[in-house]
Amino acid sequence: MELLDIGIKFILIVVIFLISLVVAMYSTYAERKLAAFFQDRVGPNRAGPFGMLQPLADGAKMFMKEEIIPTRASGLLFIVGPSLAIMTACIGSAVIPWGQPIQIGSRIIDLQVTDINVGILYIFGVVSLGVYGVMIGGWASNNKYSLLGAIRAASQNISYEVSMGLSIIALLMITGTLSLKEITEQQHGWHWNILKQPLGFIIFMVCSFAETNRSPFDLPECETELVGGYHTEYSSMKLGFYLFAEYINMFISSAVMATLYWGGYNYPGMDWVAAHVGPTIAPLIGVAVMFAKVFSFIFFFMWVRWTIPRFRYDQLMDLGWRTLIPLAIANIVLTGIVMTFFK
Amino acid sequence: MSTFYFIAFLSIFFSLLVIFAKNPVHSVLYLILTFFTFTIHYILLNAQFLAVVNFIVYMGAIMVLFLFVMMLLNLNKETEPGKHYLAKLAGVIAGGCLLVTLVGSLKAYKLSAPVILHDPNLGLVKNLGKVLFSEFLLPFEISSVLLLSAMVGAVLLAKKEPRATA
Repeated sequence: MELLDIGIKFILIVVIFLISLVVAMYSTYAERKLAAFFQDRVGPNRAGPFGMLQPLADGAKMFMKEEIIPTRASGLLFIVGPSLAIMTACIGSAVIPWGQPIQIGSRIIDLQVTDINVGILYIFGVVSLGVYGVMIGGWASNNKYSLLGAIRAASQNISYEVSMGLSIIALLMITGTLSLKEITEQQHGWHWNILKQPLGFIIFMVCSFAETNRSPFDLPECETELVGGYHTEYSSMKLGFYLFAEYINMFISSAVMATLYWGGYNYPGMDWVAAHVGPTIAPLIGVAVMFAKVFSFIFFFMWVRWTIPRFRYDQLMDLGWRTLIPLAIANIVLTGIVMTFFK
Repeated sequence: MSTFYFIAFLSIFFSLLVIFAKNPVHSVLYLILTFFTFTIHYILLNAQFLAVVNFIVYMGAIMVLFLFVMMLLNLNKETEPGKHYLAKLAGVIAGGCLLVTLVGSLKAYKLSAPVILHDPNLGLVKNLGKVLFSEFLLPFEISSVLLLSAMVGAVLLAKKEPRATA
């Protein structure tokens, strides 16, 4: 019995892991296709039908390429950097509830790896750990452009983590819990947090753009100023890990946004559906809805990337410290006032 | 219990490496590992909130700043100023005094009496918040004022001095 539970958890972890990897892989494809669409080009179309096999070809290329470790690089840390980046990207998915508990036969299986009571903070911890991958890699390369990229990444992450945390506090005041499972359950039936916290959501979204180093906040890898940023010296799959980690981070932060603000797996009329299709199919529809939300966020990430030009570095810091933090604090105060006088 | 001893061993091992590492950046990285073992200690003590806050604040923010400064300074052997032997002597004496104080204060405790956790859920956010805002309200607020003053002080130090009008 106990062994069976562990086995189910293990399968769940492997499945979520594989899904994040596949989503990240096809995000690279989607990004190139979308970029092509926005710029009126065709995009990758050689490998397989519509270029569908392009990510596999890219992966194979990354593995086959020559592995170069610069002589002046600091050996072990040069390898630790990308490993840490990909590891922190992959462990974030552990606390996200992907769907309602699903009933198979007589067993009820939770579609969430673990429901720790500090779920949101766990995500924050993972995010803040992610910056070490970039910093260590950038420093170990022994290259000034890498170092500058790493330092940009670190200062950017720290700056935006503050306003991200503050925007979450307003959300926590409403929900009263840190567990992602409970937060999702509270949003059942149109009680989505986006309706109560629109400003908080916007702040959180801007911060997650900055945390994932996505454009318009991709200054750590700004190629016009820094050659390639923190991964200038990296080649082969180590570079692949850095690029891949970015896409996994994008997937995870999309999932977090969908869970915290957009109702997670909840969708209108889900009770009616659950009553009609039974306890096995209904959670699967919920999972599909969750993924639809996640994919629309990923699309939004890409849409922004190919629409808005990159910030200048001082503008980035200005936005973080002088705009987002006061806004987030105002949001907390506003939420407190509304909660005190209207409930 | 064996988990505790293993983690405690790791804590001490990594903290020793912090001191003995030749490269300051490596030192900081070992310090990060030490803090990570502290996080595990907190989890073993059933204080999840403290654990995750330690993780975010110490490992995720403060140590990033440490690393940041170390990387910018680019310290290496050639530029390291040679330490006078008097300074070394002062360091040894100061460290010894700290050790004696710590051992003395630990000896005052009855080590044989087992620590009993009255409420295993004490470490949860809800309970911690309630305790902080009722029983320990005054120290909590005073420490927040202390942090605020530290912040103001840092801003004041970082501010450019007004250019002297000649």
